[in-house]
Amino acid sequence: MTAAGSSASGTGTEVIVALESVDKWFGDLHVLRGIDLSVRRGEVVVVIGPSGSGKSTLCRTINRLETIDRGSIVLEGQPLPQEGKALARLRADVGMVFQSFNLFAHKTVLENVTLGPIKVRGTSRVEAEERARALLERVGVAEQAQKYPAQLSGGQQQRVAIARALAMDPALMLFDEPTSALDPEMIKEVLDVMVDLARGGMTMVVVTHEMGFARTAADRVIFMADGAIVEEGSPDEFFSNPRSERAQDFLSKVLSH
Amino acid sequence: MEAVFSDFGEYAKAFGLTCGLFLVAGLGSLVWGTFLAALRVGPVAVMRKASAAYVGVFRNTPLLVVFIFVAVALPKIGYSFTFIENVDVGGHHVSGYFFRACVALTLYTSAFVCEAVRSGINAVPLGQAEAARSIGLTFTQTMQEVVLPQAVRAVVPPLTSVLVALLKNTSVAAAFGIAEATAQMKSMNNDHADQRIQIFLLFAVGYIVLVEVLTFSSYALERRWRVA
Repeated sequence: MTAAGSSASGTGTEVIVALESVDKWFGDLHVLRGIDLSVRRGEVVVVIGPSGSGKSTLCRTINRLETIDRGSIVLEGQPLPQEGKALARLRADVGMVFQSFNLFAHKTVLENVTLGPIKVRGTSRVEAEERARALLERVGVAEQAQKYPAQLSGGQQQRVAIARALAMDPALMLFDEPTSALDPEMIKEVLDVMVDLARGGMTMVVVTHEMGFARTAADRVIFMADGAIVEEGSPDEFFSNPRSERAQDFLSKVLSH
Repeated sequence: MEAVFSDFGEYAKAFGLTCGLFLVAGLGSLVWGTFLAALRVGPVAVMRKASAAYVGVFRNTPLLVVFIFVAVALPKIGYSFTFIENVDVGGHHVSGYFFRACVALTLYTSAFVCEAVRSGINAVPLGQAEAARSIGLTFTQTMQEVVLPQAVRAVVPPLTSVLVALLKNTSVAAAFGIAEATAQMKSMNNDHADQRIQIFLLFAVGYIVLVEVLTFSSYALERRWRVA
């Protein structure tokens, strides 16, 4: 499978998450305006746009780290529960990777990855550790298993965070600017893991400023500005021939050097 | 001096009672105060308000007033906790006085514990709780597994101050029929009016030693958790 041609391949017809006319306000600030978005199984959707455009907020509403004021979000056919155990169960199926990694500072790398499976899924410790080691191997940090997060580089921490999310066997992975806090040479090691995931058929929503990743791995690019989706399309279409003025302006700024 | 040394058994017993009050009320306050702190940062608005109101009431009331309420007012309306006197601990009956003193100390101190623990919770970056929630942990699991273990580290110094205050506050129980250290000092002073200064000093030393033990344990904990 070629990188750019991943669009049709592996993408099913089953809708994993569907947002309908979602609105959100932070006080007077209208951060999400009538967002409609659906993501199908195996699809990789990359959300780009200027800062303050609501991309991260959009990403965080999908597992309800942010509440919404209007509209609906349906995940695997189920409307998002408000709070409590039902919401927790649903979040377990949605992996989240944060800009600032957010590894549990008081737990070792291995414990970070096994906590969810043991506490939420009821997996035995032995089984969870075996699985965790395999995942850490896959993201290339197996030899760090007994260390604490603070002893790792940013790139290593973020790869552990990806392994932690994968350990829950999520139906969907959310990436909220996963490389924005990283040194340039560490960005690649994290993007490599993400490209690998995308090719493996993982359903992903990725908020990022990495245009290279969008070109390589995205099935669809969504361009947001001022809380609304301004434009969407295949990466080829979007990058070579953006239709809206807002997108043209944005791309001229980020792609010019 | 010999007033104390000739009766050293009484001196030791009185400080034993002080320690007893401290340990029972200390444990009670830590548990109840931590629970209140969890409510104060929890998802249920009613519980957040209730917990804040509790802290408001008990932190703003003098300890003596809380004591009078629990030890004098409550028994008047039928809550004297005398059922506790049927309980045996190591062959000794638990006294109702002792239990009521512990209740008063716990009610009061837990308000301070709650605020100390809350400051510790606030010291844990928000992202930690978000990450915990996003792997599917419930609110209780997030608290138990991720937030509180990290909050504990930040909370040792302020909590030590709260516990030191509690240790010294046990002396208020002297006015409510408990022969703890301060009450014992008063009674020795009555019997040996010529040795007042020495008696004062020896009892002061007793308190200082106890507080030092507490402070050193707290430093030890801080050192141990800093490494991890």
